[in-house]
Amino acid sequence: MAKVPVQFRLNGSDRAAFVAPADNLLTLLRRGLNEFGPKYGCGQGTCGTCTVLIDGELQLSCLTLAATCEGRHVETVSGMANGPTLHPIQQAFMEHFAAQCGFCTPGMLTAARALLEANPTPSREEVIDGISGNICRCTGYEAIIEAILAAARSGQVRRA
Amino acid sequence: MPIEIRTASTASEAAGLLAGDRQARLLSGGTLLMRDLNEGRLTDGVLVRLTDPAYRQIGVSGSRVELGAGVTMAMILKRRELACLHGAARAIGGPAVRNMATVGGNLFAETPYGDFTVALLALDAQVMVLQGYGAPRAVGLEEFLAGRGRASSGLVTAVQVTLPQNPLDLRFRKVSRVRPKGIAVLSIAALLPTSGGRVTGARVAYGAMAPTPIRAKAVERALDGKALDAATIAAVRAVATEGTRPATDAVASDWYRREVLPVHLARLLSGQE
Repeated sequence: MAKVPVQFRLNGSDRAAFVAPADNLLTLLRRGLNEFGPKYGCGQGTCGTCTVLIDGELQLSCLTLAATCEGRHVETVSGMANGPTLHPIQQAFMEHFAAQCGFCTPGMLTAARALLEANPTPSREEVIDGISGNICRCTGYEAIIEAILAAARSGQVRRA
Repeated sequence: MPIEIRTASTASEAAGLLAGDRQARLLSGGTLLMRDLNEGRLTDGVLVRLTDPAYRQIGVSGSRVELGAGVTMAMILKRRELACLHGAARAIGGPAVRNMATVGGNLFAETPYGDFTVALLALDAQVMVLQGYGAPRAVGLEEFLAGRGRASSGLVTAVQVTLPQNPLDLRFRKVSRVRPKGIAVLSIAALLPTSGGRVTGARVAYGAMAPTPIRAKAVERALDGKALDAATIAAVRAVATEGTRPATDAVASDWYRREVLPVHLARLLSGQE
């Protein structure tokens, strides 16, 4: 099958790869670029664990055709920490025990980041809506909601 | 033949590609088509992308609104003038899906999806369809949905609606078993303009109660010219399921959908949460 070239930015670095025309962005990230932050959950856009930011907008990488990312900026959970320093939302997740098995965490963190960068002081209902596209089967969500509210209260997440 | 991606910069170019190849599919927001690709239901053929900025434009002039078919649910939620559509736009997926899912794609979403189309049906939307070259032709949404399954339906470029003078005249409810987000057991949109305390020109539409969103014409007849009181609502309940053909799926059985439809319709009409 003829492959097509695609060049884009991934967490601030220029990357280039050849992809099959039918490949989704998640496949490109995980199999092509060894970027294992976003997880493969359902492949249907239902579970949210493959959530990334594309040009700053929350999107599902399993529902994004890789070839359409040409020239765009893809940000994953792996770009959140600054070296050894965790992102304030990651820190809050740790302090509030918001990860159990951890499979939903990349999507939860990315969705929380998009929420707080657009709305640094969300209400509890806004937090629930912000992560409503992300399924967690361990925590019962309460710890995750608390962590995101705590990160917001810390005032360390700046508006994008 | 494997998958091939073609990019069109104008609507007529995209319509030409679709007209010239019956297997070609338009890739809009990707929330429907990418599932088919990921699950191997779509393994070959041309995917057409349309990059024309007009495809993603919202035009508002007074109460007349034209939504480009590539307009996303999130774009609708950002526009205050479109407040009466916000309930239906918010009913689609979570924030990421709302950033991707488009108005045009929603017209093709198979039951039990396609909640936004239910609101458009209550508003008597016109679908702008471009077949090959030339100007798009306006097709009533009801007629469009009736012919949806057939091939070579052309390119949907936009949807036109007239907003109600009072945004509260359009009521919308999606019933799902999971909160805050879930697949629809059913959804209901009701346009209820009132004049002198009586409903005039009601349009009621259901989602997930038939293979496509449908009008509830018996309900509309039971509402027209009546005050929205307990007697009218009782009469509406009695005819609520007329013309429905719901499916049995993982979310609900056809029996369950028929049983709960009158209850939710009555709640919507009486303004209960």
